[in-house]
Amino acid sequence: MASTLHEPPQIDLNDVLGAGNGGSINIPTDGGLRSVLHHSPAPSSSAIWVAMFAISMMFAAFTSALIVRKGSSMDWESFALPSILYFNTFLLLVSSVTLEVARRRVDAFMRGARSAAQRPTSWLYVTLALGLLFVIGQYVAWQQLRAQGMYLATNPSSSFFYVLTAAHALHVLGGLGGLIYITYKLSKLTLRRNTMVATARYWHFMGALWVYLMLLLWFKL
Amino acid sequence: MHDMSAPVAHQHAPPTSFIRKYVFSLDHKVIGKQYYGLALLAAYVGMGLSWLMRFHLAWNSTAIPGLQFLSASGAPGGVMTPEYYLQLMTMHGTIMVFFVLTTAPFAAFGNYFLPIQVGAEDMPFPRFNMMSFWVTFTAFLVLMSSFFVGDGPTLGGWTQYAPLNAIGSVGGPGQGTGVVLWAVSIALFCVGQLLGALNFISTTLDLRVKGMSMMRLPLSAWSWFITSCIGLTAFAVLMPACILVILDHVAGTSFFVASGLVMNDQVLPHSGGSTLLWQHLFWFFGHPEVYIAIVPSMGIVSHILLANQRKPMLSQRVLIYSMGALAVLSYMVYGHHMFVSGMNPFSSLVFSFPTLVITIPSTIIVLIWTFSLYGSKLRINSASLFSLGFISMFVSGGVSGFFLAQPSIDIMLHATYFVVGHFHLVMGVAAMFGIFAGTYFWFPKITGRMMSEPLGKLHFWLSFVGAYCIFMPFHYLGMAGNVRRYSTFVDDFLQPLIPVHKFITIAAFVTGAAQLIFLYNLFYSRFKGAPAPDNPWEATSLEWSTATPPPFDNFGGKHPIVYHDPYQYGVKSSVGDYVMQTSPEQVETEFEEK
Repeated sequence: MASTLHEPPQIDLNDVLGAGNGGSINIPTDGGLRSVLHHSPAPSSSAIWVAMFAISMMFAAFTSALIVRKGSSMDWESFALPSILYFNTFLLLVSSVTLEVARRRVDAFMRGARSAAQRPTSWLYVTLALGLLFVIGQYVAWQQLRAQGMYLATNPSSSFFYVLTAAHALHVLGGLGGLIYITYKLSKLTLRRNTMVATARYWHFMGALWVYLMLLLWFKL
Repeated sequence: MHDMSAPVAHQHAPPTSFIRKYVFSLDHKVIGKQYYGLALLAAYVGMGLSWLMRFHLAWNSTAIPGLQFLSASGAPGGVMTPEYYLQLMTMHGTIMVFFVLTTAPFAAFGNYFLPIQVGAEDMPFPRFNMMSFWVTFTAFLVLMSSFFVGDGPTLGGWTQYAPLNAIGSVGGPGQGTGVVLWAVSIALFCVGQLLGALNFISTTLDLRVKGMSMMRLPLSAWSWFITSCIGLTAFAVLMPACILVILDHVAGTSFFVASGLVMNDQVLPHSGGSTLLWQHLFWFFGHPEVYIAIVPSMGIVSHILLANQRKPMLSQRVLIYSMGALAVLSYMVYGHHMFVSGMNPFSSLVFSFPTLVITIPSTIIVLIWTFSLYGSKLRINSASLFSLGFISMFVSGGVSGFFLAQPSIDIMLHATYFVVGHFHLVMGVAAMFGIFAGTYFWFPKITGRMMSEPLGKLHFWLSFVGAYCIFMPFHYLGMAGNVRRYSTFVDDFLQPLIPVHKFITIAAFVTGAAQLIFLYNLFYSRFKGAPAPDNPWEATSLEWSTATPPPFDNFGGKHPIVYHDPYQYGVKSSVGDYVMQTSPEQVETEFEEK
């Protein structure tokens, strides 16, 4: 059912789209894939904001737990963040840039600029590689911390470090899954514009969230 | 059925295999029924546990035949130990709050009817929707498995206060594996509900059909949308809290256990944790959870009353705003659960004020219902009776909330049966009445058959009188100083209260038996009930515009177009005193359409 539900529409959209789908719709005249892809309905446009809100609330809960826990006892031990985290931050921010380039090229392609189709997939591969390197880098950071004798249960500061970075890495892995999905869809020429936009938004959000976590860890650990 | 002039957008091929059709189905209607089935199962398990507890409270030295087979150590010879009483109590609370009160009015009815009421074919993310149910079902299995693992389920209550929730098996039976299973179950439940909320919000915002503005949504759809917004915030906070509890157990971290804590003559290895931290995280979820349970029933009851009173609501818009206000305020009041936790007394005042303020939108909603009923020719049937019963329970339970909102009074009544009576009426019984009302109302649409009205009315009166017989005396017990969570009452001042407990226990058995009438009615009517027409209640919203039961794509290959508010009753139209949302017929109406 889902596959049929999300197939690009084949008929006059003006008659079937209501208030909820919002916006003016230009009906594809050529019936070509490019036009249909561009004008397909957008159920995911609000969903990604909803998902980002839920993730924000989750990390807000972790943050408040960190602040309360640090203030509740004298056993908090500060430690220097593993240096590779700064490099990881750089990787994730650059991956946002490469994904944005890919998104714009896909967008231009869907609007009819055939020349823009030359290398969106390559930019997606670069983004994937950078994202994967980020996750590997986080693992290296954990190894560096373990080498210092800071394990999950050693101190509440290290506990929060592992919990926050692991929770973020899991969400990044989810984003990598999304990137693989849109890369596959693009290769099959069945990618919907809204899926691309939603994935890009999520990935940028992962970058912004990580910058926030870095600041939190830097100030509080 | 009215004409739906828009052409079909997509032709769906229904699944043919049994597995895809009934088990791992992507159809929101099947998922809604699965959620209802889960809630039904959970409700009767929870009720069975309450029977065991009530029996023990009234006749604590009398053996319950067969109980020893459930737990040889917890109920030797069939007489439950104090610890086992607490374990059953914990499971009763957890099952009821999470798997019944959250699951039935929100996930079950919402899944089935939200897409239809907005005119959509399905949720926007059917696979997430399917995952939502199966993750929730897994959460239920994980919770129930704690009965059969180690020394049984946790005994810490559905609130699982720290440090008891984090110190391990030294804390008593079930505090080792039992707590871990509880936390895993609830974390999974949170994931399931977050996936559900994602779909509900997207469906409401993105999949409304032509003409269906937000203000033309039925009140039930509004309530599911608002509840999704509450759940999105609440479950996203409870899940990290559960993760931290699990880590305190399995990884040796110290988030919630303070330094130097001695338990059963053992100094615990944890250090520096904050016991209050858990309460903050839990109640930030816990109080909104009250509204997650009750707001869907508010919408369902409003929807049903409107169809039966045959006139519009006094102010539909204000009712919607009031439900929204409840959602916002629910996050500002959670500290009233912590008046005796040792937090700063000034904080108590800060939390007390919005707690009193939240009674304003609640009162507005009740007044709108009441004054809308005034002068109406109410059709008396099982659904409308349970709707009226909902209002009665909500008001009766809500009034005691005024007292508990004030710290000086709450300090006296905290942890007594007064609080138990309060939340059972306002959150438990009221929400259950909303579930029953929704069942009697929508059963014909779901199954194509009518439920027995005489049995429904018998079910209502036994439940209505029974619920008051059970829970009003709780208030008296609380004021008399009867502490909750005690399994036996050996103190002198509690001895005279035991006859009251016996009365409550007998009332609980009778009221529980009445629920078997409902169960019989449900299954008998499913197969033998009278055939239901497409619109047996002469209601106006979109679910009554389609066939009974709705086809696979909800509207038989067409997309409805909406021309009216959802509640055009008391008008003169070609079909009677109402006009369907999908009817282009222009009718004379005394109130403004949106």
